[in-house]
Amino acid sequence: MSTHETTQTNSTNVPEVTDPILEIRDAEVYFEMDRGVSRVLDNVSVDIERGEVLGIVGESGSGKSMLASALLDAVVDPGVLSGQVTYRPGDGSAIDVLGLEKEELRQLRWEDISMVFQGAMSSFNPTMKVGGHFEETLEAHDYDIDEGMERARELLADLYLEPERVLDSFPHELSGGMQQRALIALSVVLEPNVLVMDEPTAALDLLMQRSILTLLEDLKEKYDLTLVFITHDLPLIAELADRLAVMYAFELVEIGTSDEILNDAAHPYTRSLLNATPNLDAPLSEMQAIEGAAPDPVNVPTGCSYHPRCPLSDEECVAEDPAFRPTFTESHQVACFHWQDSAEVIPFNIDRPEAHEVDDE
Amino acid sequence: MSSDEPLISLENVEVHFEEQKGMFEFFGEPDVVRAVDGVSLDIEENDVVCLVGESGCGKTTLGKTSIGLQRPTGGRVKYKGQDIWDAKDKKGNVEIPYKEIRRSLQIIHQDPGSSLNPNRRVMKILEAPLRRWHKQMSAGDRREQVLTMLERVGMTPPDDYAGRYPHQLSGGEKQRVALVRALLMDPDVILADEAISALDVSLRVEMMDLMLELQDQFDTSFVAVSHDLSNARYFAAHGGGRIGVMYLGQLVEVGPAEEIINNPKHPYTKVLRWATPNLKDEEAGEPPVRKIDIPDPKNPPSGCRFHTRCPEAREACRQEKPAQYEIDDDHKAACFREVSDHEYWESPEITDEEETTPAASSD
Repeated sequence: MSTHETTQTNSTNVPEVTDPILEIRDAEVYFEMDRGVSRVLDNVSVDIERGEVLGIVGESGSGKSMLASALLDAVVDPGVLSGQVTYRPGDGSAIDVLGLEKEELRQLRWEDISMVFQGAMSSFNPTMKVGGHFEETLEAHDYDIDEGMERARELLADLYLEPERVLDSFPHELSGGMQQRALIALSVVLEPNVLVMDEPTAALDLLMQRSILTLLEDLKEKYDLTLVFITHDLPLIAELADRLAVMYAFELVEIGTSDEILNDAAHPYTRSLLNATPNLDAPLSEMQAIEGAAPDPVNVPTGCSYHPRCPLSDEECVAEDPAFRPTFTESHQVACFHWQDSAEVIPFNIDRPEAHEVDDE
Repeated sequence: MSSDEPLISLENVEVHFEEQKGMFEFFGEPDVVRAVDGVSLDIEENDVVCLVGESGCGKTTLGKTSIGLQRPTGGRVKYKGQDIWDAKDKKGNVEIPYKEIRRSLQIIHQDPGSSLNPNRRVMKILEAPLRRWHKQMSAGDRREQVLTMLERVGMTPPDDYAGRYPHQLSGGEKQRVALVRALLMDPDVILADEAISALDVSLRVEMMDLMLELQDQFDTSFVAVSHDLSNARYFAAHGGGRIGVMYLGQLVEVGPAEEIINNPKHPYTKVLRWATPNLKDEEAGEPPVRKIDIPDPKNPPSGCRFHTRCPEAREACRQEKPAQYEIDDDHKAACFREVSDHEYWESPEITDEEETTPAASSD
């Protein structure tokens, strides 16, 4: 499994992982609009390690949901997706996701790679009991119903729900937190290998979000899942995620282990984002908003798209788009020419162990 | 109107909603949702109060009640000593007319997009309240004032923004327009109903700073409703205000922001503290509650309403409702654990009858 031939045209380096379950190469999505071409995902390449929790973090309009759709070839018309997505089930085979026929894709989507979106209410059919959704899903994929429903009950119990009561309820009879957990159970009932979650907890209050995250951790262990968790909320996912990937203006700008990102964030945007996040531990005077606004997809700045907001930017940043480069470690990569200066120019406002010399495992 | 009256005073406020029954349950008792149950709270001039809690805890209802948008089913809400609903009903000796109260108490909604008319330009949207409340003002003065305010909230050049439609604004800009609309009334209190959490993380601090700056300049008090303790802390602490923690319609703890964050007393406040992610990589561990779902507000638990989830609950909590015990000036918590000689300490711990271990619950 080589990831070498990817150092092609735009010299995209990808941090290597030992056993990738998904490989995304040069994924690009654009829409033709009256105002011009709107590029909402711009040459994103990333590997997802089998069994890891990858947190993809970005603000609204950073392209993070587009990346999720791209993973499953689910970009809606008139969006045009190009690039390559390779799925490796683990038996040595490699599946070209974007080249699949409709029927093959339908199977892959629930049975191998499953997805949970934000807002459970709109994912359920309001006139069908929750149990009906499980049966229908099992049936549509030719799974054994009795066995599947047994698994459903266990999953619901794992998520701190009363299985019989929930299966016998209509969606509106459950609270938002219960619906969202039932939806997670539904998405895992066909025993997928990968679960992609797009802001699965955003509409819920913090206590429920946090509780669901601890439950996901257990679920992941028990069912051997690879989790891709997409969110705008960096602090929320930081604890659960093994690695974090930060998106800005439709591109990936930094990737590394959660510790590396939290303690040694190298991209000026990541550092400012961490400083802008209201936090219970930071001294109050030190929180700072990021000046300026994220760019319009039709009109992304030249060079590094963060340069108009970046305190470190110079002519080089305006002229040229920085490629990924390794920082303190090979696993921690950043798309910035001046990452070495970022810690000095943008110091963190809370004490974190600036841990680049410590190599933690 | 004596000057020592608080700006807004809530006395033992109750808001109960009756849920309509279906046709076939016609003869049954209607379900009553106790959204707010027995809350007393004062809001001073130039004050900031943040109400936090889970969804369904009644924080928005309490917020709306405090600015006279929701009529309480019990208790009283006073504005500078004048009962708001007596003023509305023209009952008794009305010292402050309802119209003036209404103007003085304003709201910014959670979703700025849907609170602005999509078919009107910003100028038109912002002129409307001036037109209504300052009938004698000339059109030129009106425009002038709108432009000044737009500039004040950082929307420059103001002429450009005034000519835009809401869909041509970003989320943060829409929220600013909503803020300007409220401020143009020169209000005493603005209720910000989850006005921050709808914004992107990187914009939240900026928006809160702006609101606090305006609090200073215009002497406006803010009541902010939020489910996010870290936003509430930032806003309340900078505004020199308090955080009120709500659970199932009741105020379980209230106190100065930093006290609530650094010295939480009520077990439920500690739960919210746990639920607020921090950026240090510490293991959060299991949630410090016995059940993660909130009970049905139609049928709240007896005694202390948190006893069904509280890790510290004992038999006494099931029997008796705790009063607000004073911990410090201004810091109160409704928990028996604050009373060293309460019978709570002698009573047996509550153990869960069924399913503490979720996996064991197959029928």
